Amino acid sequence: MSPIEELDEITAEDMKIPGVADVVRESVTHHKPHGSDPVSDQTMILNMGPQHPSTHGVLRLVIELDGETVISLAPDIGYLHTGIEKTCEAKFYAQVTPMTDRIDYLCPMTNNTAYALAVEKLLELEIPERAQYIRVLFNELTRIQSHLVWLGTHAMDIGALTVFLYCFREREALLRIFEAVSGQRMMTSFVRIGGVSLELPPGLLKDIRTFLADFPSKIAEYEGLLNGNPIWQSRLKDVGMLSAEDAIALGVSGPPMRASGIDFDVRRDMPYSGYEKFQFNVPVSNGCDVWARYLVRMDEMRESVKICLQALDGLPEGRIMADAPKIILPDREQMKTQMESLIHHFKIVTEGFAVPVGEATSSVEAPHGMMNYYVVSDGTAKPYRVHMRNADFANLQALETMCKGRLIADVVAVIGSIDVVLGAIDR
Amino acid sequence: MTDPITNPATPEACFGKEAVSLALADHAAVQGLAEYILDAKWDRKELTLTVAPENIVAACKAAQAAGYVFFEDVTGVDWYPAEPRFQLSYSLLSYKLKQRIRVVVRLNEGQSVASITGVWPAANFYEREVFDLFGVPFTGHPNLTRIMMPDNWKGHPLRKDYPVEGYR
Repeated sequence: MSPIEELDEITAEDMKIPGVADVVRESVTHHKPHGSDPVSDQTMILNMGPQHPSTHGVLRLVIELDGETVISLAPDIGYLHTGIEKTCEAKFYAQVTPMTDRIDYLCPMTNNTAYALAVEKLLELEIPERAQYIRVLFNELTRIQSHLVWLGTHAMDIGALTVFLYCFREREALLRIFEAVSGQRMMTSFVRIGGVSLELPPGLLKDIRTFLADFPSKIAEYEGLLNGNPIWQSRLKDVGMLSAEDAIALGVSGPPMRASGIDFDVRRDMPYSGYEKFQFNVPVSNGCDVWARYLVRMDEMRESVKICLQALDGLPEGRIMADAPKIILPDREQMKTQMESLIHHFKIVTEGFAVPVGEATSSVEAPHGMMNYYVVSDGTAKPYRVHMRNADFANLQALETMCKGRLIADVVAVIGSIDVVLGAIDR
Repeated sequence: MTDPITNPATPEACFGKEAVSLALADHAAVQGLAEYILDAKWDRKELTLTVAPENIVAACKAAQAAGYVFFEDVTGVDWYPAEPRFQLSYSLLSYKLKQRIRVVVRLNEGQSVASITGVWPAANFYEREVFDLFGVPFTGHPNLTRIMMPDNWKGHPLRKDYPVEGYR
């Protein structure tokens, strides 16, 4: 069917743009807010987002209000329509790595690592120690980078613009490091199946050390701006309460879970990529409120600096890719001299590599919480099914519990405290 | 390399049928779940337990009692054209044991499975996602509507017989 014929297929019904009345009716009928009479004089339905500045892009919240008090809240998701899981099924295993960058665009290295770990589990590949250390180093730098975006935007939502500018200044330094190592600032695709894609460029380790030496004083600077600020305190303390029981029941993970007093961190408790060799603390708080989530993330940044320094000190020499010629692309130099390497390169690029049948789940501690990749292989060169479990999706479910009975102004503070990225929520 | 056309994916080709082995008897999950398990598989250091669709709520409650208190997610796999067509994989985690298990349910098209939102409210969004993208209905779900696609969307995009570019 030609594109013009396809246009003819679209009916008037498809072209209909819903008016305001339709949107409200749809909100009321499909999200079933509290109360039997949707249009009573007691409550009001308010659509917050998808263009509200605090909803981080494309999140729409259908909120039922009694005065300014939230009675019920339903997140309406599904605006990006990346179709990412479906697309993964049509790609070779190696071609999925750039897709994973885009699912949660603030922590590409963590996404890459999680996907690579799942496929490596299926392939039963051994990863060289140097590659593991580099993965750990960049995973932690990604955590700092993601937390900086969170802190900046969270503070901005509440009205503190200076912190936003300061955070993005430090984030810029990290993006330059990512660019130096992978050629890309955000969509790095740096961690690959079997290791990492490139050797670290000369002088980069010194740049990272300079950043790490400087960064703790920057954290102190942010805290100096925020901690004693009475507006910041009153907007955060005792707001968005989430008990430990609710956190478990609602599947909340990551910093919001640890801020509810649950002491669990995938890096420490179910270590991957050599995290068992590193010494670090897991920040936990019993505050259960937005303030506790703020403190937990600030401490996490300090711990990440510690881990990065250990990774730099202990970085071993050796290969950055596993020794598996039929899976890993050969060195450029080898291709110029060895016919076999050229053949392997050609076959891997054109046909991909087959992965043994089975299913595997990998789990990493991403900046936003637990990130799992569930990969099913049918023995061919393309994944049969790739499922991404991002913490944001479950954390968003807890939003209603955290906001019920509070003022609508608190919803803004709570959204910031769960650090939501809509790319990770949509499929 | 295996050709996907001459070697269609079937669950039998992918997962061999194995009985519950003695090695699994030590696993805490097997103790509480034993009466519901149809099949168990220990592969790549991961435990997969298959249960009958009608037993999923009881099996989840037993797993929860055995220490698997954290529901990670539920997702589907479409084994079209094999029968039973759908596989639902529930991933459960124990903070205490630091272990994860996968509970699997196999369903035919049109068959429904009980919702586990009564055991974990966290399953709410995930079951809606599976319903939306695979078209598997969950009985007893509090609000079984589409979550990703528009309400008037035709078809279920993650089914294998749904084209990558969509119908339109």
